[in-house]
Amino acid sequence: MPRKKRPKLAVWKFASCDGCQLSLLDCEDELLAIAGELEISYFVEASRAVVKGPYDLSLVEGSIAAPHDVPRIQQVRRISKFVLAIGACATAGGIQGLRNFADVQEYIPLVYARPQYIEALETSTPISGHIQVDLELQGCPINKRQLVEAVSAFLQGRKPVMPAHSVCLECKMRGNICVQVAHGTPCLGPVTHAGCGALCPTYQRGCYGCYGPKETPNTASLSAWLGSRLGMTEPELLRLFRTFNAGAPAFRQESEAHEH
Amino acid sequence: MSTRTIKVDYLARVEGEGALHIKINDGRVAGVQLQIWEPPRFFEAFLRGRHFTEAPDITARICGICPVAYQMSSVHAMEEALKVKVEGPLRSLRRLLYCGEWIESHALHLFMLHAPDFLGYEDSLQMARDHPDMVKLGLQLKKVGNELVALLGGREIHPINVRVGGFYKVPAKEELAPLAERLKWARDAASQTVAWVGGLPFPEYEADYEFVALRHPEEYPLNEGRLVSRRGLDIPVKDYEKYFQEEHVPHSHALHSTLKSRDQGRGPYLVGPLARYNLNFDRLSPLAQEAARQAGLGPECRNPFQSIVVRAVEMLHAVAEALGLIAAYEMPDAPAVPVAPRAGVGCACTEAPRGILYHRYRLDEAGLIQEAKIVPPTSQNQKSMEGDLAQFVAGHLDLSQDKLTWQCEQMIRNYDPCISCATHFLNLRIERA
Repeated sequence: MPRKKRPKLAVWKFASCDGCQLSLLDCEDELLAIAGELEISYFVEASRAVVKGPYDLSLVEGSIAAPHDVPRIQQVRRISKFVLAIGACATAGGIQGLRNFADVQEYIPLVYARPQYIEALETSTPISGHIQVDLELQGCPINKRQLVEAVSAFLQGRKPVMPAHSVCLECKMRGNICVQVAHGTPCLGPVTHAGCGALCPTYQRGCYGCYGPKETPNTASLSAWLGSRLGMTEPELLRLFRTFNAGAPAFRQESEAHEH
Repeated sequence: MSTRTIKVDYLARVEGEGALHIKINDGRVAGVQLQIWEPPRFFEAFLRGRHFTEAPDITARICGICPVAYQMSSVHAMEEALKVKVEGPLRSLRRLLYCGEWIESHALHLFMLHAPDFLGYEDSLQMARDHPDMVKLGLQLKKVGNELVALLGGREIHPINVRVGGFYKVPAKEELAPLAERLKWARDAASQTVAWVGGLPFPEYEADYEFVALRHPEEYPLNEGRLVSRRGLDIPVKDYEKYFQEEHVPHSHALHSTLKSRDQGRGPYLVGPLARYNLNFDRLSPLAQEAARQAGLGPECRNPFQSIVVRAVEMLHAVAEALGLIAAYEMPDAPAVPVAPRAGVGCACTEAPRGILYHRYRLDEAGLIQEAKIVPPTSQNQKSMEGDLAQFVAGHLDLSQDKLTWQCEQMIRNYDPCISCATHFLNLRIERA
């Protein structure tokens, strides 16, 4: 029987640390199998060979933060059947989205001696702010198990199994003692999207929200609790919500509520 | 006048986005530009006003390939500013974590990004069709490194367990035992790797580099040491900025670094595995030294194409070092030493897989960052890379366009450049007249 034509995979990078696309190469046990099921057609970090599009599945890492990337992401959409945005940069603008709260013109001279050579947008924005995205994987970085699940689901034509609950629930499933209630350690677990497996509380520290907000998070209630019971100050609350997913609407609004 | 151009618009198998542009007029190299169009992300700017405890988590996000390096340089710099010393088993655990990152990063570069060039494949998946056993071995070596990072750090990419003062949680001795078994396999696999890469065909090329690396009284350098160079630099890390300077050029979002020398003004220098090896061969474990000799490498190596062998030797050293650290480990009473905020300035340099990574922070009395300076290894190597390309192209003008372009790409991959780090950095074009 002739071998079925394999779907074509492309991996695109925008402003990012490379960590999320590295998650694909970090699938040491699955990588050769994935390459058997998908034709890895465009993946510059891994190969100098380029197979022309269109592509069946495009993984998009990074945020839109430079002028030349605005038309490039449109082109990615035009030549891709299914766009999967991976990681906090692609889904919320990333840590570089901290510029959205400042004047980027003031930032440039702090890093670069000759600002006239620099091309940067005033803001860092998620992929969904520019094109229609078919599926998002949150996390800084994404969990490679979730990536394998998303790719498998795509191959099988089904919906991926992605828990939408909070890190809190993952803690309960692991049998962790609550670091916030028992130890008074501030924790974003109640408002943060599952996916990491409650890593930080498992290592005796509070969740710092690197998977971004869960659906319908009650951030105001958590802030009130952290303020009244754990004595966190307004600037501390602002910093807590303003990190790797600072641009995600729920975290953005909460951090702005502590701006005075 | 005849003009020839060699250009690569999107350099493959490096971490991040960059290009190369080389212009040749009448058979002479007229210009070499490594262009970096990775968008700037402004870490040093938005670190201002953040609390000192946040630096290891925030700076890790500069690079998904070597987050541990950023965490190590930041915690050591902060500890100097805050007058804290981390010693004993906590110091050993930091070394062990760094060994994990060296193993995974070197295995990634060696097997996935670099080796295919020498054997004429466009990527490691193509290479896997003819060399399945070596590719599988490489993936498993990478996995061992990642397992080490994940056990100590919580996960491979952007570990969550590193803090100023130590860790959030430390493993019991018996938790490390299964890893030691995996590392024993890795020791044999890394030895096999050194022998395999030692037999690859290397283009003939040598350069007169000014190597710069850390040097420690007893150890192959990771987190500590003085900054030394081949031409006699020997300074404490706190004097880094007196001797090294960054400049901003129009074609790059990465700052170029130069080293001031007494007699020759400012010049390029080289950091990374080749520099460490040449300056610290005597500090390698006996096993790694012996493997290097067997692979035909003496204590001095100035052919950057042979950096693949040096990476394999360093990977073997890191495995041996990790085994030694695990054998000697005793669980400490507390996972961290206490740290209190105070005003001060602290700097540190550690050996990232790609070379020295310098951090400096100024803190106010509340422990908030007032100023941050970060100099990643790839930006320090940019001038040497451009110099190497000019010298290499000048000696190989007889090659066909395709072959010369590929070998120029290979020259760049010799450095294992990390553009995400350096942007604060790579796109490849070669133009011939």
